[in-house]
Amino acid sequence: MRNTVRFVHNGHIRELDAIDPTMTLLNFLRYEDALTGTKEGCAEGDCGACTVVLGDLTEHGIHYQAVNACIQFLPMLDGRELITVEDLKTEDGKLHPVQQALVNTNATQCGFCTPGFAMSLFAEMHGKNSSELSDINNVLAGNLCRCTGYGPIIEAAKSIADSAPADKFAARQSETIKLLQTLSKEESLSLQWSGRHYFAPKTTAELAALLTQHPDATILAGATDVGLWVTKQHRELETVIYVGQVEVLKEISIEDNQLVIGAGVTYTKAWDLLQEHFDDFGELVRRVASTQIRNSGTIGGNIANGSPIGDTPPALIALGANLTLTSKDGSRDILLEDFFIQYGRQDLKPGEFVEKVSIPLLKGDGIFKCYKISKRFDQDISALCGAFHLQLDGTKIKDIRICYGGMAGTPARAVKTEKALIGREWNLETVDAAMTVMGEDFTPLSDMRASQEYRMMTAQNLLKKFYAETSDPDAVTRLVGQGSLSYA
Amino acid sequence: MRNPTPSQTEIRGKVHKTIAHDSAAKQVAGEATYIDDIAEPKDLLHIYVAQSTKAHAKILKLDVSAVRAAKGVAAVFTAEDVPGVNDASPIMGDDPVFATDLVEYVGQSIFAVAGETIELARKAAALAIIDYEELPAILTVDQAIAAESFVLPTRTLKRGLSSDALKAATHKSTGRFELGGQDHFYLEGHISLAYPKEDGDVYIHCSTQHPTEVQHNVAKFLDVPDHSVTVEVRRMGGGFGGKETQGAWFAAMAALTATTTGRPAKLRLDRDDDMVMTGKRHDFVIDFEAGYDKDGLISAVEFVFASRCGRSADLSAAINDRTLFHADNCYFLENITITSHRCKTHTVSNTAFRGFGGPQGMIAVERMMDTIAHDLGKDPLDIRKINLYGKTERNITPYHMTVEDNIAPEIIAQLEEQSNYAQRRTEIRKFNETSPYLKKGIALTPVKFGISFTTTFLNQAGALLHVYTDGSVMLNHGGTEMGQGLFIKVAQVVAEELQIDVERVKITATTTDKVPNTSATAASSGADMNGKAAQIAARTIKERLIEFAATHYSVAENTIEFLPNRVKIGKETIPFAELVSQAYMNRVSLSATGFYKTPKIHYDAENYSGRPFYYFAYGAAVSEAVIDTLTGENKISRVDIIHDTGKSLNPAIDLGQIEGGFIQGMGWLTTEELVFDQAGVLRTHAPSTYKIPTCSDRPEIFNMEIYDAGENSEDSIHKSKAVGEPPFMLAISTFSAITDAVSSTSNYTEFPDLDAPATPERVLRSIEKMKLAKNSARRVAAE
Repeated sequence: MRNTVRFVHNGHIRELDAIDPTMTLLNFLRYEDALTGTKEGCAEGDCGACTVVLGDLTEHGIHYQAVNACIQFLPMLDGRELITVEDLKTEDGKLHPVQQALVNTNATQCGFCTPGFAMSLFAEMHGKNSSELSDINNVLAGNLCRCTGYGPIIEAAKSIADSAPADKFAARQSETIKLLQTLSKEESLSLQWSGRHYFAPKTTAELAALLTQHPDATILAGATDVGLWVTKQHRELETVIYVGQVEVLKEISIEDNQLVIGAGVTYTKAWDLLQEHFDDFGELVRRVASTQIRNSGTIGGNIANGSPIGDTPPALIALGANLTLTSKDGSRDILLEDFFIQYGRQDLKPGEFVEKVSIPLLKGDGIFKCYKISKRFDQDISALCGAFHLQLDGTKIKDIRICYGGMAGTPARAVKTEKALIGREWNLETVDAAMTVMGEDFTPLSDMRASQEYRMMTAQNLLKKFYAETSDPDAVTRLVGQGSLSYA
Repeated sequence: MRNPTPSQTEIRGKVHKTIAHDSAAKQVAGEATYIDDIAEPKDLLHIYVAQSTKAHAKILKLDVSAVRAAKGVAAVFTAEDVPGVNDASPIMGDDPVFATDLVEYVGQSIFAVAGETIELARKAAALAIIDYEELPAILTVDQAIAAESFVLPTRTLKRGLSSDALKAATHKSTGRFELGGQDHFYLEGHISLAYPKEDGDVYIHCSTQHPTEVQHNVAKFLDVPDHSVTVEVRRMGGGFGGKETQGAWFAAMAALTATTTGRPAKLRLDRDDDMVMTGKRHDFVIDFEAGYDKDGLISAVEFVFASRCGRSADLSAAINDRTLFHADNCYFLENITITSHRCKTHTVSNTAFRGFGGPQGMIAVERMMDTIAHDLGKDPLDIRKINLYGKTERNITPYHMTVEDNIAPEIIAQLEEQSNYAQRRTEIRKFNETSPYLKKGIALTPVKFGISFTTTFLNQAGALLHVYTDGSVMLNHGGTEMGQGLFIKVAQVVAEELQIDVERVKITATTTDKVPNTSATAASSGADMNGKAAQIAARTIKERLIEFAATHYSVAENTIEFLPNRVKIGKETIPFAELVSQAYMNRVSLSATGFYKTPKIHYDAENYSGRPFYYFAYGAAVSEAVIDTLTGENKISRVDIIHDTGKSLNPAIDLGQIEGGFIQGMGWLTTEELVFDQAGVLRTHAPSTYKIPTCSDRPEIFNMEIYDAGENSEDSIHKSKAVGEPPFMLAISTFSAITDAVSSTSNYTEFPDLDAPATPERVLRSIEKMKLAKNSARRVAAE
């Protein structure tokens, strides 16, 4: 076991020892390293002022991703390349093209959010680098600006799109790869600091063994939820086991007519395959938080934390997904819907971890749609989320699975509503009748996101929307995303 | 920065020319310094503020002995430890820095803990023993009205006899709606960093729009002379009014810690504490009644405004006054009565926010226009146009000021044509006939916003200018930079006056020991007033240089001309720097102050009568909205704006204010919802729950231009107009457009009962209410 965190920064390997394992990357940068260009705006991964870029070794070279430094724990840097806003300028002090573009378009006012925007655009320039407005909106959804109204920032993004970055990071890529390769050969990380422990196993066996030793440990994947336990609830985590270095958990593949997603797969990584096989699931993933969060957060984490308003469980349950839970004693498979027992309680035994989720591919005539309802379209948490999976037999409903988030203490199926539909004609009359049954399925709560009445009414209306979209594929029923009304 | 080559043809940074924000290159590189970026001194203390968990309660016991004894705690301060006056209010003396025996909102500060780290201070604070006796809490406007709970007396503005005119009117419309508040959500929260100095003095870096008020409040709090306290602010990470009064308590706590312990002290609120503890835009309940004729020409109006001021007066008097001053917007309302209730509630004390009460007044009259148009079955734009102020008649505001510079009709006409309003309105109606689930709406609303502080004495500004012997210049003034581009605009004014490249003018931090007794950077007045003050200072030095050159070169003063970076003296032309150097060698003073007070304004606050505003800024916007009738989700898909900035000092900066203001206003009326629970706890205190617009919320089609023919008819700085606040109100068009879309679901037979912000929930509720109204109408018809 190794007890120092090693990462690449500015073309060199840096080594840190004796660090608080739950110190955030942002606090390290600002208060330990005097790199104050990266800002704190919210400490919950929502505003993007803290955006930094992490580089990971892949078979195609280095993959750069924007993340929220405010909720990443410092040891999560281990084995990766760190790039902050201070690093972008050339050696002789010239602005990087993304920085220059922001100056040229008058994209700064108060400037506090600006470094975060620069870093999001930097990562995009080294990635897809699209000039499409919809792509730019997705890239920047996790960066809030209160001054400009975004127009000049979009203009800056467009002005640098479609051009390959000729910067120092591209120039020294092969050296950086070598450094990252060196780091990848390191043994597993095990930190101790002032009564706190942090482990980063590299295999599931190692992970299972650690969990047996430390059954009360906090399992950490993307830190997009656990990070907030520290920054918002000010909790002190004694033992943290980070699963982000277990390579096998980061695999995603098609096996036996199932899409199998390892628990450590990020939303970003799963996006393409979910889009390809379940179409609307891709649109849902697009609306899960922001690019920064999707780059860190995992689908496994979204399940394991048991939130009643997690975005992916309703879709996964509607699709009949299975969960594999593993411990040192072996694995067991359960239906995902059975995992959620009640609010705050899941079917997870001591020493077990979520290993993977398997989604049966749609049968030829299967129709799947899902809808996320929130106050703001992007980077918001659902007031409710509805997923519908329909199997028709001619004009009759052979089977339908409906699952909602935000309607109960867990993601939950609308069982009575389903019953009112199955076997009947798929028409408006049936839908109207089924809508009235939904009140028997759910008694949602009122909170700051929506009232009980709104949740119920909208849950019912989503069924109608689903009907409208399935009965008339040309019906325009959406304001945003794929298949939406066109504005320009 | 190295010296660049002086420009010979035209100076860099001339007025009316686009030039980047002075800090842009530093901001994109992460090199612009905000207060939390200042290198922390080794012995720095961190302050955590312990807050009330009750909305209204007596404090029976406050025991902080365990806090004092806790690990890493250097000092604890309660009301008992205040050497001077325990208050940090702007005017009324009703904002205790630390609660004494009463708490009046959840989040009110009770004591401060200074610790070696913020974590230790926060942890220690939890050890306090606080016994409360809970008292009944008044949380909403309706509760306050019922209990006659007011923070300030109710005021009435009256002209003519509205009740008689209402009786006589052939047509009448009434309405009532609730208008939500708004959090500023500046990206940088409140922060103060205080250094102890000799003689018990203190030097404070404070993120504030009003360094002078912070200085005076801190001095009063510490019981030291004003001269013992110096406040500096180089830049804020956003202000929007939220840092006009709200920073003073935190500065006071940091100053007390520094002077007591002899160690520097920092108080930085995290996002949640910032949103819970500090004031927001006033939310309102508004009632109106209008009398008019068959064409919609209004003869009588009665408004009742009731605002939630929160626990103290803060700036609520001036804010609610400004609501009254903008309830007319661009319209001549002959017989009018406006009643303004300033409700006291046990919630955070609401404060200044871009528009300062103006938006709430303006949206009331625009909602009234929409209602009248609906009731008459007409296009709301026709109702708006028929009621506009005239040029030579029908041009007196309810507060008896003559509107001398009315360009609303021209702007509206130009925008109506450019945006293709009429055709789009027809097309939208056609779309709605064939689209069962998505419905569109459109609206054009104008803006007329009064420029000046309505508190007349605040309309003064000072500047300080030094010219060094190499011809470079140090510029300082009382205005603060919060991103709005004030500093570059004022630097452009000085560069223009002296005809030197703008980078020869060093922009420096606002500091109370350079320019004293300044007003807040607020009321959109920053460039108008500080620009003029700096221009006066520059002219003073220029006049001295001319006088010197005339003598030194034996030429007539009128032969001396300032060319770009050079001065022509008779037949000779020398670099500016050379003339300066010569002047120095000949013992000419190269430092000057400038002082400006806005002319013409006068105002009798008792009778709401006079000329509170030097001039008006105008604009208009057309918004198009689309709603989902199944979910209430909505989106602004297109906006067209023409906005008047006079002769813009810097078009890029002004366009930034226009777009930013519009989007911020759109957020206020659509996604930004403040939710307090029944215990008075704010449930939306971070961006995870409080949703300001993000990138994709910007309308996909965004056409915006500065009004071409704009020129201030008054002698403002280079004929420009203030631009900070007015564009915010262009966003009222978004709410009217959503209203139009919602109305379509009843086939325009019903006027939507819609409150703001138009969240999906409110829109859906409004649609459902119309269905019920239609059904009950049908039932009545059937019976």
